[in-house]
Amino acid sequence: MSEAIVVNQVYKRFGKPAEPFWKRILRRADGAQSNDGKSGSDGHQGAARQDSPGSNGHTEKPFIVAVDHVSFTVHQGEIFGVLGPNGGGKSTLIRLISTLLLPDEGEVRVFGYDVVRQPMQVQRLVNRVSVEASFFKKLSPMENLLYGARLYGLTSRETRAQVIAILTRLGLDQRSIFHPMEEMSRGMQQKVAIARALLSRPRLLLLDEPTTGLDPRSKREVQAVVEEMRERNGTTILLTTHDMVEAEKLCDRVAIMDGGRIVALDHPQELKRRIQPREGRANTLEDVFLELTGKQLVNLDEIEVED
Amino acid sequence: MSAMLYQLRASYAFVERNLNLIKRYWSWEMVWMVYSIAESLSVSFIGLGMERIGGTSSATGSYLVFYLLIGTLVWRFLSTIFYWITNLIGIERWEGTIEYTLMAPVRRVTHMTGQTIFAVSYAIFFTGVILAFTTLIFHLDLSRANLLGGTLMLMAGSFSFIGISIMASVLPLLFPERGEQMTHVFIALLLLISGVYYPVDVLPGLLQKLAVVSPATYVLTGVRRSLLEGLPIADLWPYIWPVLLMGAALIPAGLWVFGLAERYAKRTGKLHRNG
Repeated sequence: MSEAIVVNQVYKRFGKPAEPFWKRILRRADGAQSNDGKSGSDGHQGAARQDSPGSNGHTEKPFIVAVDHVSFTVHQGEIFGVLGPNGGGKSTLIRLISTLLLPDEGEVRVFGYDVVRQPMQVQRLVNRVSVEASFFKKLSPMENLLYGARLYGLTSRETRAQVIAILTRLGLDQRSIFHPMEEMSRGMQQKVAIARALLSRPRLLLLDEPTTGLDPRSKREVQAVVEEMRERNGTTILLTTHDMVEAEKLCDRVAIMDGGRIVALDHPQELKRRIQPREGRANTLEDVFLELTGKQLVNLDEIEVED
Repeated sequence: MSAMLYQLRASYAFVERNLNLIKRYWSWEMVWMVYSIAESLSVSFIGLGMERIGGTSSATGSYLVFYLLIGTLVWRFLSTIFYWITNLIGIERWEGTIEYTLMAPVRRVTHMTGQTIFAVSYAIFFTGVILAFTTLIFHLDLSRANLLGGTLMLMAGSFSFIGISIMASVLPLLFPERGEQMTHVFIALLLLISGVYYPVDVLPGLLQKLAVVSPATYVLTGVRRSLLEGLPIADLWPYIWPVLLMGAALIPAGLWVFGLAERYAKRTGKLHRNG
């Protein structure tokens, strides 16, 4: 079986945002010697582990390891899941594959093309749906998708017909296709984001938590489209998710990421067999994750905030 | 599909998207248009005001009005090009679409071409509307003006501004939070040194030296000489070749700098952080 994605010993870290000038002055005035990287916060979603290089930590900026020597392969036509908590490195991994980030070490190949040396060839084969449905909010879905489709070399005529077909298939009514995106719910915007990715008929579809925030019905519709993409077009799909049920339902294989590393990779059934059954019930992927990482997959604080 | 056709379609994507944005933000464009007309009129009225304040003759007052009006119109044209091109990244940061555009299989030169075609076309339209309104207010004597020469000078000057704008568009790429505001520094400095509302020889020595490297200085002088003095096209060459030369150097340099900045942004993860 040929490989769609080969990720080989990929390492990616980010420098922490610099401390404001006035804070540094104040800290020096106080004679503080602390340089342990605890001050300030980081904006990177992919942040996994914080490290401080150098022996004394005074001369070099501290950094955050987002992806730590990760290796795996995804076969053509496979739906490959990446599970992990927020800050586990999933989104960074997707950005590395989609040419939006350059790895510090290691190599990523997509259908044999190197993402650093042959980005244009990779970009022609790949599309991505991220957790934030990012659009020109004043433009309608049709205008946004026309823009997106032209970037992939599609004509206006073929795109218009497809936009209507895909969006109505995803449950949007025709009227909303011509109204500004800002008038749509997040769930509807996410469906338009999926349509944008489908329009370019990618051989590799990167789905970064595509169903987060969707209602159960929309979630099922999106999942059905993902399965259909694979069955009809043989599209390879890399899916990151918090949703264990979704992962189990859709994915042929699942990698569990924590702290920028892959801690387990196997078929969902095999992963569940790896641990002892709890309280006499069958294991779930959530149990597997808890056992392997010692962490809840979804942070309880986040649930409260979302509520 | 041939690579050329593919890139042409991609280039048109930016033109069409910007047209759609103008259409959707039409009320804002109207506000900006009214503001620009009012500003051009205000500056031009200084010329008439000088008749009263300084006791200059009516002929001198009319000359001053025309002098200042050329300054406002040329500056509006060049700055509209500048802002639309520097907005290349800024607008996408604002909307959060930057990653989708930069992961598309589109060459950066294609991206810039689309944005530039739109920027120049829109600048012509925008400046044309202001020109129409201002000529209704002021009765300008165009009998000596070389209109073709003025237009040619303006078009030649736009090339150099395209290069400067591409360079400035790097700022929103490198500084997600404040990059867009930083581009104003470019335009403010050019406004100061290029003699938009005054001859550059009234500037202090250092600023006069800087004025030599500003393409706007040549554009403004060339347009003024063709419209106020009727200088023939052949005699405009001393003003045209410097801006063409600057454009020939600045456009590839801008693309090169942008390429470096994009690589840096992809290495440091700056594409993701929305301003």
